[in-house]
Amino acid sequence: MWLTQLFNGLSVSSILLLIALGLSITFGLMKIINMAHGEFIMIGSYAAYVTQNVFKSALPKSAFDAYFPVAIVVSFAVAFAIGYLLEATLIRFLYGRPLDSLLATWGVGLVLQQVARSIFGAPNVAVTSPSWLDGGMRIMDGVVFPYKRLFIIGLVLVCLLAMYLYIYRSGPGRRMRAVMQNREMAACLGISTRRVDGMTFAIGSGIAGIAGCALSLIGAIGPTIGTNYIVDAFMVVVLGGVGKLVGTVAGALGIGMFNTLFEWWSTASLGKVFVFVLIVAFLQWRTMGLFAVKTRSLD
Amino acid sequence: MRKVHLFKSLGLVLTASMALAACGGNEKGNASPSASASPSASASSGASAGEGGDTVKVGILHSLSGTMAISEVTVKNSELMAIDEINAKGGVLGKKIEPVIEDGASDWPTFAEKARKLLSEDKVATVFGGWTSASRKAMLPVFEELKGLLWYPVQYEGLESSPYIFYAGATTNQQIVPSIDYLLEQGKKKMFLLGSDYVFPRTANKIIKAQLAAKGGEAVAEEYTPLGYTDYSTIIAKIKSAKPDVVYNTLNGDSNVAFFKQLKDAGIAAKDLTTVSVSIAEEEVKGIGADILAGHLVAWNYYQTTDTPENKTFVENFKKKYGADSVTSDPMEAGYTAVHLWAAAVEKAGSFDVEKVKEAAKGIEWNAPEGKVTIDGDNQHIYKTVRIGEIQSDGMIKELWNSGSPVKPDPYLKTYDWAKGLSGGS
Amino acid sequence: MLQALTAPRTRKLWLLLGYAAAAAALFSAPLYLSDFRLNLLAKFLAFAIVALGLDLIWGYTGILSLGHGVFFGLGAYAMGMHLKLAAAGGRLPDFMDWSGVTKLPWFWAPFESFGVAVLLGILIPAALALFLGFFTFRNRIRGVYFTILTQALVIITVTLFIGQQAYTGGTNGLTGFTKLFGQGLKTDGMKTGLYLATVIVLIGAFVLCRYLVKSRFGKVLRAIRDGENRVRFLGFDPAMYQMAAFAISAALAGIAGMLFVLHVGIISPSMMAIVPSIEMILWVAIGGRGALVGAVIGAVALNYAKSSLSESYPEIWTFFLGGLFIVATVFLPGGIVGLAKQIGPLFRRKEAVHDQALNPVLRESNRSV
Repeated sequence: MWLTQLFNGLSVSSILLLIALGLSITFGLMKIINMAHGEFIMIGSYAAYVTQNVFKSALPKSAFDAYFPVAIVVSFAVAFAIGYLLEATLIRFLYGRPLDSLLATWGVGLVLQQVARSIFGAPNVAVTSPSWLDGGMRIMDGVVFPYKRLFIIGLVLVCLLAMYLYIYRSGPGRRMRAVMQNREMAACLGISTRRVDGMTFAIGSGIAGIAGCALSLIGAIGPTIGTNYIVDAFMVVVLGGVGKLVGTVAGALGIGMFNTLFEWWSTASLGKVFVFVLIVAFLQWRTMGLFAVKTRSLD
Repeated sequence: MRKVHLFKSLGLVLTASMALAACGGNEKGNASPSASASPSASASSGASAGEGGDTVKVGILHSLSGTMAISEVTVKNSELMAIDEINAKGGVLGKKIEPVIEDGASDWPTFAEKARKLLSEDKVATVFGGWTSASRKAMLPVFEELKGLLWYPVQYEGLESSPYIFYAGATTNQQIVPSIDYLLEQGKKKMFLLGSDYVFPRTANKIIKAQLAAKGGEAVAEEYTPLGYTDYSTIIAKIKSAKPDVVYNTLNGDSNVAFFKQLKDAGIAAKDLTTVSVSIAEEEVKGIGADILAGHLVAWNYYQTTDTPENKTFVENFKKKYGADSVTSDPMEAGYTAVHLWAAAVEKAGSFDVEKVKEAAKGIEWNAPEGKVTIDGDNQHIYKTVRIGEIQSDGMIKELWNSGSPVKPDPYLKTYDWAKGLSGGS
Repeated sequence: MLQALTAPRTRKLWLLLGYAAAAAALFSAPLYLSDFRLNLLAKFLAFAIVALGLDLIWGYTGILSLGHGVFFGLGAYAMGMHLKLAAAGGRLPDFMDWSGVTKLPWFWAPFESFGVAVLLGILIPAALALFLGFFTFRNRIRGVYFTILTQALVIITVTLFIGQQAYTGGTNGLTGFTKLFGQGLKTDGMKTGLYLATVIVLIGAFVLCRYLVKSRFGKVLRAIRDGENRVRFLGFDPAMYQMAAFAISAALAGIAGMLFVLHVGIISPSMMAIVPSIEMILWVAIGGRGALVGAVIGAVALNYAKSSLSESYPEIWTFFLGGLFIVATVFLPGGIVGLAKQIGPLFRRKEAVHDQALNPVLRESNRSV
């Protein structure tokens, strides 16, 4: 039994990490309190839905199972494009004004929800998961690891690796970190901060899109699903320490594991309460989260 | 800093007066048409029905935004269709029905606010609306205060009978109680009770536990998850270790999608474990995926496949109006039926007056898509046929069992011995 | 002419005149508003009281709380419990009956008395704020960490209230109130009385907040907003001031919650949840943070917009509301009051344009996240 629970904890953590990864960029690095993050997840889910429908109607049945990898790419691309557009038209006026960004992105979220409702209708829509993700790996009698969960864990690892390589091991990533650390100085050194900002926000949105695509495997797809995830995503980023990738990973693992544990011991509602009480208590001890960015400045 | 104060104070007065003027202006604009032409303003009741010239206003109050919109928008659609049908036949008492649509926004105080607006500003003759128990409870005092009429279209937890509400959905003895009896007859005695954490599941499970205790069944566990909860891996692990015969599912909304997708992934199919759901109808099947739900059981009073001539035309018209791939479900049918029942009651009363309509509604019969329905004069619920169905792989629901004839509504379960003490003193 | 109008002394006169006119407009509202609109306005004014409290800690102290729904809700529940007991008339409240509770829980008993209920409706939110503030402010938890903490508080409270259905009414909350002071709650006299009471409380809260921000206490709060560590180095203890401001703000939210229940007749956990808590911040932001008048105007104007937009365009009104937030932040960073200050200079001589009074507020209330 403990094996199942361990796996469940890992699985919950991976989902939390997936929804928080994009936010760790837009919020963690750019300091945009992106309340529309949940809506980018929603966009990703609907992109998967549309991809599935295109495959269903335009291609032979045998090709249907191939839709999911395509959907991941499409979800990323669509969310990326919308994110880029949003940055260019709105977000760029809000740098250095994180609270105004909260207000404006809250409005963006409302509008995006209504757009989804107008296009796809208010009821939930369904995505048929590809047959190669059905079923699970039988470890021993009564312990089954569903392929979808394994797939999501794998997907998170891939995203994490890609992000690590991009941020810490590539030229654009170096420029991104430079701009986020000291905008004026970076600009003086000849970095086009406009372009870097646009890319950064779009990548964060794109990853939220991937999360939405993956979540369509295990959850609902509707105009308001973003609201189910947004608070959890912020908790993960803040608990881990704003601005640190490794912090986000640790935050997701911590919340996911404890949540599963408490839920097993008590009930889902009480488990949730315990986890949040723990977060409050923990922040009293580590006021800047698990992995704080070291700084000598006081304010 | 100069002149700032002047402008501040000017702005203050301006804003305040604008807001007030707008409020006042709106009031006048709305009140005049119905005030100018109300030929038969009744003396007996304070609520003058919303008659104006050759139209009569009715309110439609559902969540069109927020988390509940996924369910409520389609009910609004079927109610509008019923209104169109009645209008096409010349309306009620020679007047065309004019729907006034409001958004409850999935927020209970908003439901109360909009209900008050519909009754006191638009002076509607009646209101069709609500979905969650909380929205109904929020609206109830408003309708009782202003003596308006509400038609509520969804199955609910019972224990209520307001003189100003007609309950067009099933109460517990028309859905839950018979479905438990059915399961016990099938020899399934160990039940795992799973629900969202709100009033309907908790009340329903309380009734189920009393019923099981009296009839030799057993509730092996009772679990609640917060609304909007999306990860059921731990709950599923608990189900596995409890080894029940049946999972009795009162989850609501998005949680159902997550639960059934994850149940299937955990390698549990309908043939391994029976589940009975009371909040999943055709519309929800479409949102979850029929391939995932095929074989699971549901309990309702109506399915799209219900075999009556009225249903044939209902489904046909609905698809014509809202697209060939739209489906009809129990709450939609109840909303549709409610509109027709109201129209029938108005015709019988010969008036839009709330008290007269209420009086006339007693015992009215109508051939609804679900079969013959009758309004119970005592508690203003509706006699409904109970149906247990199995979800098919095409998204439709096949009826496995029905109660044969419409069941008399009993919101307080007074006719059941084992339910004594459940509803306390009331 | 304009010059004469704006000499310092007349300026003050104009300001007073403006307040007096606004107060007169509010007091006479029952004369020209329908029952329904009056009820709406009363609700908006109750919201304005929360907004005042929020402005005190956000606009003036630089602490962003996304958890004021909880304080609002606690006040509302205190009043709701009193009204529920009054409606039950000595018997058990109906929802307890259904949930199998046979005896009135001990913590419900004190709410039988109106005075105690009101007192607890103010003290419980304030105490909770003090408790939370005691730890967080002394541990120097600031900015976004504090904000997220308040969100956690919201989740904890809402989940607990929903879970303890037998004692709190669950998701349905408390409703079905009939009587206050033995009088019918729905009589015209009672409604007008409650409305006027709300206006008086709002004016009282406004005067209190104004007094606070003009006092030495208020100066320290602004100093904390602009540079907490400098205040500390000057020998003040910022945590004490922050705790006090937070508690006052929570108490105001509690008072607003009590009035809200009286007007709306229902309180449920959904009113305490994340969305209403964020909306409260939006009122202050749209009205203009760092200006008490702005908070009041923002709360009334935004709720009025929400209500009338959803009446006129029930199917697509969230488009407009969302658009309003976006436009407001981009073009009106200082809120409605800020707009007045932006338009103001157009009418006066050029030298006065260098009015920087607003900008630090904006910058600092933003930076602290």
